[in-house]
Amino acid sequence: MDYSQFLNMGQELSLLAVILILFVADLFMCTDRKSGKGVLNTPLPVILLTVHTLLGLAPLVCPCCVADATAFGGMYVSSAMAVVVKTILNVGTVIVFLTAHEWLKQPDMANKQGEYYTLTLFTLLGMYFMVSAGHFLMFFIGLELASVPMTALIAYSKKSQESAEAAAKYILTALFSSGLMLYGISLIYGTTGTLYFDQIAPQIHATNLVQLAALVLFIGGIGFKISLVPFHLWTADAYQGAPTTVTSYLSVISKGAAAFVLFVVLYKVFAPIIDQANLLFFWIIIFSITLANIFAVRQNNIKRFMAFSAISQAGYLVLGVMGATPQGLTAIVYYLLVYMAANLGVFLIISITEQRSGGKVNISDYDGFYRTNPKLSFLMTLCLFSLAGIPPFAGFFSKFFMFMAAFKAGFVVLVLIALVNTVISLYYYLLIVKAMYIIPSDEPIPTFKSDGYTKLGLALCTLGVVLIGIISWFYSYIDQFSFGL
Amino acid sequence: MNITIDYFLILSAVMLGAGMYGFFTRRNTLAILISIELILNAADINFAAFNRLCQTGIEGYVFTLFSIAISAAETAIAIAVMINIYRMLKNNYVDELDTLKW
Repeated sequence: MDYSQFLNMGQELSLLAVILILFVADLFMCTDRKSGKGVLNTPLPVILLTVHTLLGLAPLVCPCCVADATAFGGMYVSSAMAVVVKTILNVGTVIVFLTAHEWLKQPDMANKQGEYYTLTLFTLLGMYFMVSAGHFLMFFIGLELASVPMTALIAYSKKSQESAEAAAKYILTALFSSGLMLYGISLIYGTTGTLYFDQIAPQIHATNLVQLAALVLFIGGIGFKISLVPFHLWTADAYQGAPTTVTSYLSVISKGAAAFVLFVVLYKVFAPIIDQANLLFFWIIIFSITLANIFAVRQNNIKRFMAFSAISQAGYLVLGVMGATPQGLTAIVYYLLVYMAANLGVFLIISITEQRSGGKVNISDYDGFYRTNPKLSFLMTLCLFSLAGIPPFAGFFSKFFMFMAAFKAGFVVLVLIALVNTVISLYYYLLIVKAMYIIPSDEPIPTFKSDGYTKLGLALCTLGVVLIGIISWFYSYIDQFSFGL
Repeated sequence: MNITIDYFLILSAVMLGAGMYGFFTRRNTLAILISIELILNAADINFAAFNRLCQTGIEGYVFTLFSIAISAAETAIAIAVMINIYRMLKNNYVDELDTLKW
């Protein structure tokens, strides 16, 4: 056996090293030990993860010399695009860790904060394997490694009934959907005799009903992860019940990884029956965007509101899958980057407000927020505008490229419906802005000062929201990798 | 008597159907979990049967092994969540899980 192939999966190894270091550090530096000084609380994980991100960027410095590397006989495939996606996931996770600082500082959380970091990074490792999969076994293991520790994270507040309920709803639907997807994979194995992505495609035929059934089951399983409409019912409950940092992780990182994998599998495995897949996605996208928009309008809990916003954003994200063109892939990754900046920014503010106001998470609690906390209101407005897609911000450009990709692939009606829905989404995002700026309140949330970690996270998110759109380098940089997939 | 692939496929299809029916109709979280196990095992039987049919390599058997291990991990964490719920509510019926809705 050639052990040098392990070096091809450098990012996974370095993430595993980070996890092991944190795991050992948790033993010696936890706050409930006498000598423990709580070092683990945020600085150590953030620094390690940043180093890991920078190390992972090394192969991207000279794009010409990036070659596709494989390990385990093609089960693991690392392409330049996969490295880009992993880097985006890394940055998102760093921001989520910054969000978690205030929440983990509470006395009853301090002694189990190590678990939070380890579990989060294990789900990240699962997403890595999912993103780089070249074989359905690797894909399935990655998917499960991403969703099983996630349940533990959702149930993290052990005394909270909401948290436990959200975890139960998440794990039961996750198991059901992954069971159906496993059945779909078994049908693919039965009709083609192999599980390697490259070898399956030549044996897929549009006339084979068993393979069409497998396609539907597969889309069901991955649609659950991205929370597209027929499979979205867990989303709002899990988002509301989970701790706010976990919600932000769930809404951006795990969704983004799954959307990328969906594209890769459709492009590599189901290429011969892409027309049938497009027909399915046509309706899935319409229902995701429209239903989520309608439900978002009537929410009062802001986390639940963000859940429906996330479902509708997922609909836009999957728009790039239509047609499976290289331009669509660029649009997906770019959309993911922009969506991450805006959504994590909103969640940072929700999280710090929740911590400082004693758990206020209703939209009506934000009445008069501008008078007491003008800066946070302003940043929240920027992020919400970016989510809605208003021109100077990055959200406009990401939506524009997404619509362009779908339009060029020939889905004019779909783009039109998505455009109409953008206007509806603007209405409900503005509801929060209206609450903060216009609606007066006798008891607004009192003025508070954010801690340094939250400020750092907010600065990163604001930079992302403002700059990623204006600086065209990001788009063209991502674009140069998407043809090699 | 020669046991053809049809027998295995019918068995797994019946298990899949029973599992889906149980998932939608049962009210006890543990019963729902058992139904999900039926679905996962149906897929495992498929893999093993198809591998027996193909006669090339052991890809399907290996997938079955991994799948069994993964579903054991999933079940463990699902039961942990349910024990936590049982401690709070003193029962584990899904009808009682109605704090979060709409």
